[in-house]
Amino acid sequence: MNILVCISHVPDTTTKVKFSENNTKLDTAGIQWVINPWDELSLTRALELKDDAASGVKKVSVAHVGLANTEPTIRKALAIGADDAYRVNAEAFDAHQVAAELAEVIKAGSFDIILCGIESSDYNGSNVGGMLAEFLGYPSVSGISHLGIEQEKVVITREIDGGKQQLTLPVPFVGIVQKGIAKEPRIAAMRGIMQARTKPIHVSEPKAADAQTSVLNFEPPEPRADCKFIDPENPKELITLLQNEAKVI
Amino acid sequence: MSVIVYTENWDGLFKKQTFEIATYASKLAEMLNTDSIAISIGNVAEEELGKLGNHGIKQIISVTDDKLKHFDGQLYTKVIADIAVKESAEVLVLANNNCGKALAPRLSVRLQAAIASAVHELPESVNPFKIKKRVFSGNAVSLNELKTKTKILTLAQNSIDIEEMPEAAAIETYTPDLGDLVSAIEVQETEKQTGKVLLTDAEIVVSGGRGMKSPDNWAPLLELAELLDGATACSRPVSDEGWRPHEEHTGQTGKIVAPNVYFAIGISGATQHLAGVSSSKYIIAINNDKDAPIFEAAQYGIVGDAAKILPQLVEAVKELKSS
Ligand SMILES: Cc1cc2nc3c(=O)[nH]c(=O)nc-3n(C[C@H](O)[C@H](O)[C@H](O)COP(=O)(O)OP(=O)(O)OC[C@H]3O[C@@H](n4cnc5c(N)ncnc54)[C@H](O)[C@@H]3O)c2cc1C
Ligand SMILES: Nc1ncnc2c1ncn2[C@@H]1O[C@H](COP(=O)(O)O)[C@@H](O)[C@H]1O
Repeated sequence: MNILVCISHVPDTTTKVKFSENNTKLDTAGIQWVINPWDELSLTRALELKDDAASGVKKVSVAHVGLANTEPTIRKALAIGADDAYRVNAEAFDAHQVAAELAEVIKAGSFDIILCGIESSDYNGSNVGGMLAEFLGYPSVSGISHLGIEQEKVVITREIDGGKQQLTLPVPFVGIVQKGIAKEPRIAAMRGIMQARTKPIHVSEPKAADAQTSVLNFEPPEPRADCKFIDPENPKELITLLQNEAKVI
Repeated sequence: MSVIVYTENWDGLFKKQTFEIATYASKLAEMLNTDSIAISIGNVAEEELGKLGNHGIKQIISVTDDKLKHFDGQLYTKVIADIAVKESAEVLVLANNNCGKALAPRLSVRLQAAIASAVHELPESVNPFKIKKRVFSGNAVSLNELKTKTKILTLAQNSIDIEEMPEAAAIETYTPDLGDLVSAIEVQETEKQTGKVLLTDAEIVVSGGRGMKSPDNWAPLLELAELLDGATACSRPVSDEGWRPHEEHTGQTGKIVAPNVYFAIGISGATQHLAGVSSSKYIIAINNDKDAPIFEAAQYGIVGDAAKILPQLVEAVKELKSS
């Protein structure tokens, strides 16, 4: 069984985002790029499964759509423990284009479980995983908080609105992962970093899938009103304000 | 032409978010000079379906089929896409919840429709179709153009007010054509949380952070939530420490919530925490450090010791309730 983890490369969430060219472009100066936190957790879980001989997982690969400048992020995934990587050499414009390109990589390879994160922390789309499943005609399960393999069947817990479900399904499928899948992201050890230098990154040219959306401009979110401070000696005033001023209780 | 809205039911009943998307779809239909049509999959009584008519829905398409008993993205996509084609849908509206997030991207590929997810207001213009959405975990808003003939939107919870726009909605039953499609998913067990207000549904959320000091101090926080018919939540370190269950953790890697009121008690307001709560209408911060970043996101704040202030808030709400 082979697992492919799709990774997106996003600004570290503590970076203060700024825009350039009349607020039409993300200003990338000074941005620290990281593997999308969900994808890091998916990768961790995939590697945990590979470590467990009983799971039957033989190989863990990662795939990414991005230009050459994203390679440090891919190398990081290799250093954490992925066996190899696929990079489609295209700037990622929207989820549709990314999913279409990833589908090509998957059709040309041999992967049983494909994992995507619930959303990337940059454009917050939540779309690539579902689109990819539809391009491939595979079943998909979203909201995965646990993933195991028992007797060649995949055992999943998915979060549903207001509860949880235990389910099983055969491969291949696309899993869309959320919190709970792994406790802490695995970090690269020195040995992994050394090994990553020689692990293969298979680069392919895009088949030029179209983007269906474009960002016209960015703006900072509407400023919130200043905080109104309530005397700590009289906290009851807060409840009065919530009732009479904000009218929310 | 039409605007189609996919309505989900919970044991045969709709929720507030269903009426939010119905209102949104009807207002969008007005902008497009067309009608809004709702799709319902599963057993929902006529009386419940009829409620959609209160929010401008002109027609309701009700689908029941044993194969659709459990949610399956592939099967549901087929049914909704077939109806969208039959009704010449120009826009499809879904809730930005688990099901909506699972269906919207599949529908997008199936219908060659561009998507904008977690939108929080009506489009700025419909021709060209321009709409805003929050990006970078709530740190910015982007204006997007959707360039395809059909479009898909998922609406963020609690972002618009439900409006009454009464229509005598006609209910039509629809028999899906699933051919030999069967679900690959075998559901072994479903656990539903009962009796408690669900975090993602709650109008009021009372959330505690490391400033609560110990898991033993949660009683007044729980009581406050209960008195306000609210749900309880926590920051990540609190759930990591096992002080509170994991389902309660909000933030970038936890649940994303957008209630009317979010009480952040002993929470510093790290960007990763705010990423999951910054769309709340009101944030109330209680923190003993006046420089805590949470106060920058809050509308009301109290600088003080949570252990002293919480019981007084409980007292105040009790008084309010008995008056
Ligand atoms: C990739 C990544 C993802 C993350 N995702 C999340 C996430 O989804 N959700 C999340 O919450 N965090 C997340 N974090 C962690 C986040 O960065 C913060 O560490 C965390 O939110 C801090 O939790 P806290 O506010 O409870 O604790 P602290 O930062 O320790 O803050 C405690 C606060 O309580 C106040 N306090 C102390 N005593 C009292 C008292 N007696 N009365 C009142 N106030 C008091 C203090 O002044 C302080 O402001 C993430 C981090 C990373 C790196
Ligand atoms: N450029 C990309 N390359 C590979 N995978 C991606 C890319 N962008 C997004 N993904 C995957 O899709 C998930 C959801 O992203 P999104 O739909 O952009 O919110 C991420 O967690 C990744 O698994």
